[in-house]
Amino acid sequence: MAAAAPGGASTSSRIYRGNVLRLIGPSWVIIGIFLLIPVILTVVYSFLTKEFRGGVQWTPTLAAYDQFFFDRGLFGDEPPRIEWTYLGIFWRSVWQAASATLLCLVIGFPTAWFIATRDPRQRATWLFMITIPYWVNLLIRTVSMKFLIRDEGPLNSLLMWTGITDAPLGLINTNFAVQLGLFYSYLPFMVLPIYAAVERYDFSLSEAAADLYSGMWTTLRLVILPTVRPGIIAGCILVFIPSLGAFLAPDLLGGAKTFMIGSLIEEQFKGAAGNWPFGSAVATILMTIIMAVLLVYARAQGKESK
Amino acid sequence: MRTLLATTVLSALIATSAQAQEELKLYNWFEYMPAELLDKFTSETGIKVVMDTHDGNEALLAALKAGKLGRYDLAVPSDYMVAILGHEGMLDTFTADEIPNFGNIEPKWLDVPFDPGRHSSVPYQWGTTSFMVNRKLYDGPIDTTDIIFNPPETLKGKINVLDSSGETLALASLHLGIPQCSTDREQLKALNALVLGAKPDWASFGSDVAKDVLVSGDAAAGMIWSGFGAKARAENPDLEYAYPRQGYIVWMDNLVLLKDAPNRKAALAFMNFMLEPENAGALSNYARYAPGVTGAEAFVDADLMAAPETNPPADGNGVFVETCPQDSQVLYDAIWTNLKK
Repeated sequence: MAAAAPGGASTSSRIYRGNVLRLIGPSWVIIGIFLLIPVILTVVYSFLTKEFRGGVQWTPTLAAYDQFFFDRGLFGDEPPRIEWTYLGIFWRSVWQAASATLLCLVIGFPTAWFIATRDPRQRATWLFMITIPYWVNLLIRTVSMKFLIRDEGPLNSLLMWTGITDAPLGLINTNFAVQLGLFYSYLPFMVLPIYAAVERYDFSLSEAAADLYSGMWTTLRLVILPTVRPGIIAGCILVFIPSLGAFLAPDLLGGAKTFMIGSLIEEQFKGAAGNWPFGSAVATILMTIIMAVLLVYARAQGKESK
Repeated sequence: MRTLLATTVLSALIATSAQAQEELKLYNWFEYMPAELLDKFTSETGIKVVMDTHDGNEALLAALKAGKLGRYDLAVPSDYMVAILGHEGMLDTFTADEIPNFGNIEPKWLDVPFDPGRHSSVPYQWGTTSFMVNRKLYDGPIDTTDIIFNPPETLKGKINVLDSSGETLALASLHLGIPQCSTDREQLKALNALVLGAKPDWASFGSDVAKDVLVSGDAAAGMIWSGFGAKARAENPDLEYAYPRQGYIVWMDNLVLLKDAPNRKAALAFMNFMLEPENAGALSNYARYAPGVTGAEAFVDADLMAAPETNPPADGNGVFVETCPQDSQVLYDAIWTNLKK
């Protein structure tokens, strides 16, 4: 026993290190197979030459990025100008996603606050109720929303029956319908992180603020919001990013009259001509933008914690 | 050496078991083949049919490109995709005497543009693509593509078009009376202007929902496939399927013999089986489109054969969607993207 003791520490740390490798191995395999390889493939494909009707030729080119940024006219022989088509699609998608995120925040924050301030035993029930709709497939939920807001649907029938409106509101196939769909799809992603932050909030801080003659709004602004901010930001990121690539809601509720980033990419792989490098390039540009936003956020967070 | 030996033994074993129960591999659309027909084929020939399904022509092409060629004997693509598969060298050919029932193919489906003389394909089901109008909301004439591209006041803002560039731009080309695969600048500019100008009158682009929006009344007029339209009319009798005088789209799905088919003999036997009028009729009763086989009508449900959607007028205005060469296809893609930007 005594003789073994001196070497014991180093042996166990070696065993420990070996175990660590074995233990984190699977997560690296998963990240590698399901994240890194697809992302690298996407980036590589975006620099290859397109083959007509899908597929690629292994000749490197910047044609896909050229198509994204420069407009050479319908027949490709005009002097290049800035191509606004795709930038416009990006801008519309960002705007839609931002509106949906704002809507989620406005409804989600009070909801999360309400749940977090209930009796601890009730909270589980409320959270459970928030998650119930998410047992149903996203497609079915989106179609249901369509049924609800269509001109002949229950919402318009009710409004007309009660005499609030004379004619259907014409909600379907509008940007608002898309935002409503995105909002409904991703609301729990906003509620849950904010709930987690509010639950940890020490309510004696609010009392202390009140003791110092702080009004309700001042307390909210100066005490509560800074404390639960990480939850709000996490919620916004979780809603914004999937909304940005969504194509179900725009297709079903917005009438698919305009491309979103998601449907633009889909068309490159499923459409008649098929342009895989261009689809990959759009995906790569989208990923780059999201990465940049997240990096800026991470830096801001890092500075703050110093 | 041992591995090689083991592999040889193994493949010999597989070969024996395959001989014991011959297999046919079919790559078909989903919900497009009644199980009873496959059972019937097996009981008649002793060949077991293994069927995989795809959800679209482009998906089929992508799968075959990605290495599935050589794993299937037969596939079911639409007309223009038969031409593309042939062009890509993915089809095998046969002669008429290899299929005893070859003569049952309706004469009008024999010399088709996508496979002249039928050397790689036989008819499976066919129909048309046009549009339907809700007659309760509009009782004017509907035998014109103006309904979609230059709609009367009452239909404006209540039109659904198919979310597929091929069919929608083909119908627009028929409206203008220009070729489907043009490279002519003036024609393409006119096409671009036509669809851009009509877009404000359209409520939505949707293919899967084409029937739903018409039945519910969200759309007062909408492009739709014939069989889908018949189902819509069953749910909403106010709907009427139109055969515009400028033209409408005809499509046909086909059984094609794939290159490197593992069991070519079984594939030809199955093609022969499906050209039997009774079997072709049973297929129509299930899939709800018309067969392309002489004598099959006798076995098809009377209401299906009598439906206006199944009976285009004999005006010769129906045309297939054409497969454009690359230089013109990219222009149509650009017009489509421009339309939806």
